[in-house]
Amino acid sequence: MASLKDVKAKISGVKKTRQITKAMNMVAASRLRGSQLAMESFRPYAEKFSEVLGSLAERAGGEAGPLIVPKEQVKKVCLVLCTSDRGLCGGFNSNAIHAAEAFVKQQKAKGVAVSLVCFGKKGRDWARKEKLPIVEAHLGIMGTRIPFTTAAKSGQKLIDGFLKNEFDEVHVGYSRFVSMARQTPLMQQILPIPPIEKKEEEASKGDYLPEHICEPSAQELLEQLLPKSVFIMLFSALLETSTSEHAARMAAMDNATKACNDMLDELTLTYNKARQAAITKELMDIVGGAEALKG
Amino acid sequence: MAGTIQLEVVTPEKLVVSEEATIVMAPGAEGEFGVLPGHTPFLTSLTLGTLRYRDTAGTERCVFINGGFAEALPDRVTVLAQSAERRCDIDINRAKAALERAKKRLEHPEDAFVEPDMDFERAKAALARAQTRMSLAETRRNVAMQ
Repeated sequence: MASLKDVKAKISGVKKTRQITKAMNMVAASRLRGSQLAMESFRPYAEKFSEVLGSLAERAGGEAGPLIVPKEQVKKVCLVLCTSDRGLCGGFNSNAIHAAEAFVKQQKAKGVAVSLVCFGKKGRDWARKEKLPIVEAHLGIMGTRIPFTTAAKSGQKLIDGFLKNEFDEVHVGYSRFVSMARQTPLMQQILPIPPIEKKEEEASKGDYLPEHICEPSAQELLEQLLPKSVFIMLFSALLETSTSEHAARMAAMDNATKACNDMLDELTLTYNKARQAAITKELMDIVGGAEALKG
Repeated sequence: MAGTIQLEVVTPEKLVVSEEATIVMAPGAEGEFGVLPGHTPFLTSLTLGTLRYRDTAGTERCVFINGGFAEALPDRVTVLAQSAERRCDIDINRAKAALERAKKRLEHPEDAFVEPDMDFERAKAALARAQTRMSLAETRRNVAMQ
């Protein structure tokens, strides 16, 4: 049986760990609230935007510029991988990276070269280990309040690369925030821009509205709007990933705290048993000694 | 035409304005335009400038707009701006600092362009932004003094 001192040291160690995990849980909870708020305040913009874009794209038809048209031959693909900077968030990063791994494998099987743009340190570390070419790495911004300009700058670079034929397709891998308990890694194509799906209600709503007057022409407007829609897709991926990260960390830290509690219960029991055993042993010694003296 | 327009100004970061208005004037890419209730559907891009509207109480309100798009419908105007700020929310000190920074950058391009992502065009755009914001903030002071 472990000595009293050992058990005591272990108890205090576990207690300290519990303190840390508890604190991290609370920090993640408050950050989660922040990034959920950011996600919610972005939603009206994104929704409005897709509404406007949808009605425009419908009218401009196929002549909407090079950002929509798929390239004939896809040889080079760029993957924008969104992960977190820090660990201790359960399977969050490994799930995202597994999805990315599968994606890279699938592309390689088709003979397509993959390069990466990494948001978050974990993704970059993985790309380095796999010796995949990294175009750009953004560290230290995931999990904080991400400004829209970050997405816009990086999105502009992707668009430039796409137009200069540096890549033929751009996909983004991120973790979708489904609920507090569920975050699923997803791959989404952002360039060429996938066709805009219209919701049914929107389509019917648009029936009685006369066409818009556009200034400048619908064509020109669309040309200005399309790059923006890339930024929006990228930005919402970043927001989702951030929110997912905090939710995942919260859950992981909650589990860790629970595990600490269980461990403490067990250790306290062991400690008490050991103490009891020591006392009994001492008593036996005293009684034994007294008996001997009587002898 | 009677009635009001529901004006909404949204940026990626937040919903800036959501209010009933009787008239909206916005800085369109091809000139400033005004929208009254019952306007025909209209879509345009916006430049840097000031969006003005009159609320139901008849007070004129101003919003700083840094480019974007506007959609006008008979009963609704939606502005999707890259960034926007109500006049009353502009922080004069911050605006002044931004203006100084932008001026300095243009006066001493050799030190400024060492910064990543900074070039002449961008510095000029920043200056224009700062100037618009400053002048808008100053009109607020005049209003307050009256």
